[in-house]
Amino acid sequence: MDQLYREIILDHYKNPRGHGVIEDADAEAEGMNPLCGDEVSIYVAFGEDGETIDDVKFSGRGCAISQAATSMLTEMVTGRTASDVAAMPKEQLLEELGIPLTPVRLKCAILGLSTLKLALHKGKGTPLPDEWAREDELELK
Amino acid sequence: MASRWLAQAEGYDKHVAVTTGAKLDAHTLRKDFPIFEQEFHGKPLAYLDSAASSQKPRQMLEAMQAFYETSYANVHRGVYELAERATEGLETAREKVRLLLNAPAAREVIFVRNATEGINLVAYAWGLSNLGPGDVVLVTELEHHSNFVPWQYVAKRNGAEFRMIPLTDEGDLVLDGLDELVADARLKVVALNLVSNALGTVNGVEQITEWAHGHGAIVVVDAAQAAPHRAVDVQAVGCDFVAISGHKMCAPSGIGAVWGRAELLERMEPFLLGGHMIRKVQADGTTWGDLPHKFEAGTAPMAEAVGLGAAIDYLTAAGFEAIEQHEHDLTEYALGALADIPGIRLFGPPPARRAGIVSFAFDDVHPHDVAQVLDWEGVAVRAGHHCCQPLMARLGVAATTRASFYLYTIPEEIDRLVHGLHRVRKVFG
Repeated sequence: MDQLYREIILDHYKNPRGHGVIEDADAEAEGMNPLCGDEVSIYVAFGEDGETIDDVKFSGRGCAISQAATSMLTEMVTGRTASDVAAMPKEQLLEELGIPLTPVRLKCAILGLSTLKLALHKGKGTPLPDEWAREDELELK
Repeated sequence: MASRWLAQAEGYDKHVAVTTGAKLDAHTLRKDFPIFEQEFHGKPLAYLDSAASSQKPRQMLEAMQAFYETSYANVHRGVYELAERATEGLETAREKVRLLLNAPAAREVIFVRNATEGINLVAYAWGLSNLGPGDVVLVTELEHHSNFVPWQYVAKRNGAEFRMIPLTDEGDLVLDGLDELVADARLKVVALNLVSNALGTVNGVEQITEWAHGHGAIVVVDAAQAAPHRAVDVQAVGCDFVAISGHKMCAPSGIGAVWGRAELLERMEPFLLGGHMIRKVQADGTTWGDLPHKFEAGTAPMAEAVGLGAAIDYLTAAGFEAIEQHEHDLTEYALGALADIPGIRLFGPPPARRAGIVSFAFDDVHPHDVAQVLDWEGVAVRAGHHCCQPLMARLGVAATTRASFYLYTIPEEIDRLVHGLHRVRKVFG
């Protein structure tokens, strides 16, 4: 049971990677989990090709799971292309997290990823796929 | 058989482990609640989430079972004896709610799904016909969304003003300056709770009611968090509507009640329309039935109402004074024990003005994580905004962790909460 808060999760929670704001970001979005009121904002800067994710940062408040998952996410996606990340299945992130999650905590874990996807689709002017647009109870704007 | 339900209404204590007047013995009472026979994560359940919903005593479950097995048919209009029996079950439950609230008449008691539906009934059926530009609907910063959102919605729809009575840092309503709050408009409704679900604040509803009536306004009281834990006397409070939820007071989910003054209910439009609530239906128009039927369209939640009646019997036998005292003792004990935990921030008023609810937060640990670690200890608490987002904004937090107590709560459960919170500190230290 302590696996949920295994060392790597707590490390990302206490020392989040990619925490901050990118002024004049190429893409950004806000996400909220109305179940707990947690909010996250994601900022993306693309490289010269306008496609590679050069930098990604997040701000907001949340539980250890949502903060650690978003922190890990920033490490996972930096250097990848926007279309690659926009199509990334949530399982990839969950595998990286490597912890058992109940349905309620699953929403915490994917808040950052949902918001990142929204930012990328907004930035590219493409519609968010149904699977994510309907992600129940997550409120994205 | 026909007198079965009435007999329980009058002298129902032979199945209950405690007697009225005595100090409440929670250790013995707990044996009435089958839920505590289970373990979670290898530990007995410490259920500290009764403010969200209460657990159920065997006596209530058996009353519902008996109703289904011996007295079940659709109520009203049935000519056969079984239907009469079912009707008697429903109407006896109504009488028990009347007694619980000391309402003047049973016809003023309307069965609904829960307090939320009861408040919606009043907001729609009274509010839509009586609110307009220049009017003010006043709620509090302490309200549950159930007594906030319906009024905000109806006020907006009708062009009325929607305002809030503010809170002190301790979580008490600011009652100085009420007149100024409504000086520029007509006060029409004051909607507030008797006990706050998030902080446990016990509000001085009598005083506010007197003030509101002086302005010609009606007062709508959310008693969902009060009725399970203390005697609620609608005539003493003096308000105009009171809503309660059965599931918070040992009754099943899906049943609640709203009491309203007959003279107001009679003048109101119906809320839900359809079968049972009519007098005469013709192609060119329909007339409404008498109270309470006018507000009870469709088949009633009969067995649930019988369950609510049995729950009221159970609580009455335990004694509301004893329940209130028991919870007060637990709250005092909990506030003392929690204050010693490093980094904790406690919300809400001192025990003297507080029901059995304790809300707290840590600066560096999210309430979800607190609740998760506590779950490993078999301790069930609620983490979140408690359907009080305006209050959370006032407190400057997104969420809190909340422990809440009931008649079956024992001090050992609070010890386990404290122990669990030390473990939280260790995990996130």
